[in-house]
Amino acid sequence: MNTANQYLKAIYLIQQQDNSPAATGRVADKLDVSPASANEMIGKLEERGLAEHEKYKGVSLTDDGIVRARDALQTYCISERFLVNVLGVEEFREEARELESVIDGTVAERLDTIIDRKPECPDCFDPELDACACLDVEFEAEHPAD
Amino acid sequence: MSLGQQVESDRQLARLLQIGIVLEEVVEARASRHYQSLSEEERDLDAEIEELLSHAAEESADHRKRLEDLIEGLTVESVPFDEIETLVEARYGQTKPDDFDGVLYDQLCNEETAYKFYDDLIEAIEASDAEFTLDREQLLAELRGLREEERDGVEAVTVIMEERE
Repeated sequence: MNTANQYLKAIYLIQQQDNSPAATGRVADKLDVSPASANEMIGKLEERGLAEHEKYKGVSLTDDGIVRARDALQTYCISERFLVNVLGVEEFREEARELESVIDGTVAERLDTIIDRKPECPDCFDPELDACACLDVEFEAEHPAD
Repeated sequence: MSLGQQVESDRQLARLLQIGIVLEEVVEARASRHYQSLSEEERDLDAEIEELLSHAAEESADHRKRLEDLIEGLTVESVPFDEIETLVEARYGQTKPDDFDGVLYDQLCNEETAYKFYDDLIEAIEASDAEFTLDREQLLAELRGLREEERDGVEAVTVIMEERE
């Protein structure tokens, strides 16, 4: 289902934060997977024309990869906003991550019809907070291992 | 954090079932809103669409009840559904379908989305070894039943759309 999207989203955010290709180790850390697993999936993304990997530098998304990553990020933002605004979930970041692989774009589109999402989404996403910066909630620091 | 397509706990399962209820709520609200938007004359002229929407609303209400029953079998705190209902109704009070094709197309999207949701959920449960408070086979049987009904819904709308082409 959506595992590739989780990788695309992670690479996209790391590239944004670092302003350079995403090192495989950073991708593995962000997704809490082994470097070998990250390497394998990055290879698959390359085969599908969604990413390019350069030895010693890291992985960059292609234009198609960026489109997919932004869609995945938007779906994630919708999940977070839905959990906070409709269901009143406090641990929304943790739960959004759990839902990420099951809630796809089609379902998110319907959930989107009952939430107030900002037009700038998904550019409103703050990788440091791991959340939409426009959410009207108090952010508490999360443990790095989360 | 875990990566993959698995449902790992009662809490996560309950949340997904709850999302299913909201989706069903959205389907019901949209169908009902569309039905109300038809004029008396249109309602007389188009008994087929009237029946389709009325059936969709009834089926969604039934699906919500079945999802609620599943959640009750899990060891999680219950969630206030009245608030969700009010919120969804308020949102759909503002929408207005432009024409009959729009109504049918929208209904097709509703049914397809619900089908996709149950299909993904079933796959995620099947991929997991987690033990839930609910009997696993009973849970999967119920979800497969819901998915089947959504598939029938997709077919029913598709048939009407093809007849009208």
